[in-house]
Amino acid sequence: MAGKIITISSGKGGVGKTTATANIGLGLAMLGARVICIDADIGLRNLDVMLGLENRIVYDIINYIEGRCRFRQALVRDKRFPELFMMPAAQTRAKDAISVEQMKSVAQEAAQMVDFVLIDSPAGIEHGFRCASAPAELVLVVANPEIASVRDADRVVGLLEAETSTPARLIINRIKPEMVQRKEMLAPEDVVDMLAIDLIGLIPEDPEILTASNRGNPIVLNNGSPAGQAFLDISRRLQGEDVPFAPLKPPSFFKRLLGSH
Amino acid sequence: MNWLKIFKRRKNSDQEIAAQRLRLVLAHDRANLSPGMLDMLKDEIIAVISRHLEIDANKVEVNFTEDQREMRLVADIPLQSPRRRPV
Repeated sequence: MAGKIITISSGKGGVGKTTATANIGLGLAMLGARVICIDADIGLRNLDVMLGLENRIVYDIINYIEGRCRFRQALVRDKRFPELFMMPAAQTRAKDAISVEQMKSVAQEAAQMVDFVLIDSPAGIEHGFRCASAPAELVLVVANPEIASVRDADRVVGLLEAETSTPARLIINRIKPEMVQRKEMLAPEDVVDMLAIDLIGLIPEDPEILTASNRGNPIVLNNGSPAGQAFLDISRRLQGEDVPFAPLKPPSFFKRLLGSH
Repeated sequence: MNWLKIFKRRKNSDQEIAAQRLRLVLAHDRANLSPGMLDMLKDEIIAVISRHLEIDANKVEVNFTEDQREMRLVADIPLQSPRRRPV
């Protein structure tokens, strides 16, 4: 049976698509699934550094499409989990170096090998987004609790509904529980209500996400971190597990005292 | 500490302001009709209805409402009260 193809998208840039792809992919591998993460952000690849695999790249997705290497050669095996692979984007090519049909065939070929294929979509709603979302059975839309991000996420949801009817589920990233509590930030339930799609993850803002990406060790590997746990919960839900949403707690007094606000 | 200010902030929090602005922006985006175009539409509706009925043009409200992702245009058009109608 072919694996499930899932695209991570957002419309707006910088809201955490690549971080989410790396963490959810790694989370699925931690749970024992076979996974291929495809970086569809041609020209602006970053999934490699998020996963800490940038030094192992030989070929990329465009090399494969152009017949310069075999499928397996374009995959980079993860150093922690042998059943996790990444297919890098080409860094020096334009977004239109790949067509919708080519992306579909790459994703479907990947799905023959593994349980999950995760596609990291580029920002925007143009060709790159269309390519990345075309093969998907499910799109995870990442939004931050702020107006511009939710607005752009709504465009993505609208386009998916109108053009492909691919189901979409929502990840709200960078929630600051203490700001929500003080009524200074959009509440997650308001965002869910406005976008009117099912929720699959609530990720609290966590400075450790940055330190983790500095080292190429996504936060999901960090047992006990709330953000890491929240990503792992998404992976579990993708596997069909019914995981309740943990209530988001503001950081403890001590943590705030230590300045990791 | 200014308690009045705190009270005021509770009632009209950043969270509420953001949510209200976002709802409005989403409604216009989804309907693909800018706020200015909605005003023009409202004026045209008033002009058409006024040809047949006496209405209170100042109190006419034309707004989007949403039910999940389904959009609706709702017009509230109060008629001129017959008692107040000049003879």
